Amino acid sequence: MTSLAIELRNVSKRFPNPGGGEVIAVNNVSLQVNDGEFFSLLGPSGCGKTTSLRMIAGFEMPNGGEILIHGKSMGFTPPFKRPVNTVFQNYALFPHMTVGQNVGFGLEMKGAPKTDIKRRVGEALEMVRLSGMESRKPNQLSGGQQQRVSVARALINRPEVLLLDEPLGALDLKLRKEMQLELKTLQREVGITFIYVTHDQEEALTMSDRIAVMNLGNVLQVGTPSDTYEHPEDRFVADFIGESNFLEAVVSRLAPDYVAVELGDGLFFQVTSKLNLSRGQKVTIAIRPEKLNLGPVRGTVSEGAAINQFTGRVDEIVYIGTDTNYTVRMAGGQRVRVREQNYLPTSRLLANVGDEVQVSFSPDAAQALVE
Amino acid sequence: MLNLIRRYKLLRIAGLLSPGFLWLLLFFNLPLVIVLYISFVERGRAGGIKIPPVFTPNNYLQFFDPLYLGIFWHSVRIALVVTIACVVLGYPLAYYISRRDARRRDALLLLVIIPFWTNFLVRTYALKSALATDGLINSLLVSGRLVQQPLDMLFNEFAVILGLWYGYIPFAILPMYASIEKFDYSLMEAAADLGADMRRAFLRVMLPMTMPGVVAAFVLVFVPVVGAFITPDLLGGGKVEMIGTLINRQFGVARNWPFGSAISFILMLLVLIGVLAYFRSGGEARRAL
Repeated sequence: MTSLAIELRNVSKRFPNPGGGEVIAVNNVSLQVNDGEFFSLLGPSGCGKTTSLRMIAGFEMPNGGEILIHGKSMGFTPPFKRPVNTVFQNYALFPHMTVGQNVGFGLEMKGAPKTDIKRRVGEALEMVRLSGMESRKPNQLSGGQQQRVSVARALINRPEVLLLDEPLGALDLKLRKEMQLELKTLQREVGITFIYVTHDQEEALTMSDRIAVMNLGNVLQVGTPSDTYEHPEDRFVADFIGESNFLEAVVSRLAPDYVAVELGDGLFFQVTSKLNLSRGQKVTIAIRPEKLNLGPVRGTVSEGAAINQFTGRVDEIVYIGTDTNYTVRMAGGQRVRVREQNYLPTSRLLANVGDEVQVSFSPDAAQALVE
Repeated sequence: MLNLIRRYKLLRIAGLLSPGFLWLLLFFNLPLVIVLYISFVERGRAGGIKIPPVFTPNNYLQFFDPLYLGIFWHSVRIALVVTIACVVLGYPLAYYISRRDARRRDALLLLVIIPFWTNFLVRTYALKSALATDGLINSLLVSGRLVQQPLDMLFNEFAVILGLWYGYIPFAILPMYASIEKFDYSLMEAAADLGADMRRAFLRVMLPMTMPGVVAAFVLVFVPVVGAFITPDLLGGGKVEMIGTLINRQFGVARNWPFGSAISFILMLLVLIGVLAYFRSGGEARRAL
């Protein structure tokens, strides 16, 4: 049995709106984060991910529901009494203190002996590869170094859970990628539960054990990166994480292992769905561009011979180096984007604009979603 | 060519600076030299200085009489009480203002500044009439049956301290506001997150970071208050002697210009030490203004 590091039970948070009324920042959210997990809260700005994190840290108190840390209800426990530490978006290093004083601040507050603090500050800085930087001031460090100091300052207290609020947001792309791997490695080494807030889907997919996708204060889906990417349960999730084609359709038949849908124009697809659908229901089919295959039309498509095949005309071709994107207009007028990897230098010549092409996909690559 | 341009630029800067420079030279530096000169000569029999002048250090030595030293320490003590009261009571107010939204912040700052629009002397007279035995405060207290007899609030040290505090607290609030307003409040959250309660977060993070404003407030209040003479004169009723009133008297009824000049220079020295300490406290303090 795995124990829960963090549990949110029906947590809500409302803020007064300056123009009157209220804004619901977090709406009845329930989450369970396992011990030792790298858990990400992913969503666009204003989705409630940061507010959720701040409620766990104790900077905001929920209007309803309950937050538990290792089974203990937090109630109105102030931040300085919670067994969690935060890595802030802007690092929030104390500019008037040295790096050593910054990192040792938590231990100093606990009243640890001076020699102890000195030793552990040294260890913590070594852990983030900043040995010997004790006497520097934060403004003498680069952004990446400041970021590492703030991680060391939090981890030195051996928190039960480390909360990270878009910690890499201010770094440039290359450093960001480096730090992603570094943080992930660090998390594995220390074995502390990380709750990581980000709006960057790629970052969440790269680092997390599990992801909770949030929008407008609600948690839409919780799952592993591959689960979230391969089997989105919500149109927003399918759109926000990666890229998706959306096709409107109606359920025509329910089979044990697939759902048959009709797109009009006599086009039938077999798709998968985790939802409880009924015949005649309107659905949206989500298909990733890279899961569509493009090929030349091989004579006439014999009825029933191949499932999930359709023909269309190439509207647009965009070459993006690793891949080529083809926009294909289907007979019914709906457009889909197909991505083909450029295995060979000649790969991008699969088709020309205006060509009639054949597009196919496997049933488990397509998800039927409801609005 | 480049040299010519540089010389032209220098000339232009000199041209722009000269009016202010001349003004200071004529109406500040020159009188100062005169005062310094007077402080080292003997006084004339009917006031002014003896002619021909006789040089002497006695005016300075005279100051080290216990009587005058007593007045000096008394002034410093009053100035310290006033300054501490201004800083301690001004800090929470500056903090409060800085945490309002922009519109309310401007309105509150305006309220702090508005007293400057009225002459300081007029305000002191207003305070005098409010504190008088039959003044506003006493009549309210008596008619409200809070006290039997009118309180003795005027012409004592209390009145002087109150008057100086009231007059100079804006000089404390404004620099502290400038410092606190720039303070990044997320640092307080960081401190709380690392286990500091409000008191310790304030003492270890917010106070040190807003210290430049506090130091600026201290200097800006202490320096004028220690040499104040209008307020102790009007509200002290001649019973509260401060160094400012002492100097004032030397140039007035006592007709001892040389001694007055000497005390002025001693006071200036004290102020200079204060200002140097202020600049020593770092560039941060200057920026806070």
